[in-house]
Amino acid sequence: MFDWLIWIISWLLITTGCVFIVAGGIGLLRMPDLYTRLHAASVTDTGGAIFIVLGLLLQALFVFDNPMAGIKVVLVLFFTLFTSPTASHALAKTALLSGHVPTDENGEPILDSPETAQMLARSRPEK
Amino acid sequence: MFVVTTLALLITMTLTLVRALLGPTIFDRILAVNSFGTKTVLLIAVYGFLTGRPDFVDIALVYSLINYIGTIAVLKFFEYDDLGSGAYQEDDY
Repeated sequence: MFDWLIWIISWLLITTGCVFIVAGGIGLLRMPDLYTRLHAASVTDTGGAIFIVLGLLLQALFVFDNPMAGIKVVLVLFFTLFTSPTASHALAKTALLSGHVPTDENGEPILDSPETAQMLARSRPEK
Repeated sequence: MFVVTTLALLITMTLTLVRALLGPTIFDRILAVNSFGTKTVLLIAVYGFLTGRPDFVDIALVYSLINYIGTIAVLKFFEYDDLGSGAYQEDDY
């Protein structure tokens, strides 16, 4: 009974993670502009990674009976959750700094010039 | 179930690779390569469970850290044309 429940829950978690990952991949391919693609890729890195790692954790603890593998899987999730938003942030900021202007839904640039984008990336919020 | 996950990851990695080859700007390519690396980490972990040897997770752990360092290094290089310089910090803000 307990094994059965563990299999069902880990199946659900891993399948949800797969849906997130495939959706993020399709979004990465089909989105129109760099910043929207960044958004799609972030869904893959957070949603997909969290669900797949939780499913693998259940498998490692209860099916494979290997707690060390469970700890390592959680460490993978921990590092991914720290590094992936940092990398996305650095990517967006570098794109702004090099004058890559975001566009609205009609493809019109929302800033006046690449110099405005650079100023925006260099400025800090008021405290 | 792990076969299905592996297949989904491989299909998504193919889509990501298409974006890396198509990508109009350099940032699209960097984004695609970073995303590809994250999926590789997940693929290595899932493959370990698929073959019944969860020790593969060690490699995934190392790969996730290397992927992050690589992305940040490439971004810094493209922004400042230099990996060792600290001079940008004064005029950056």
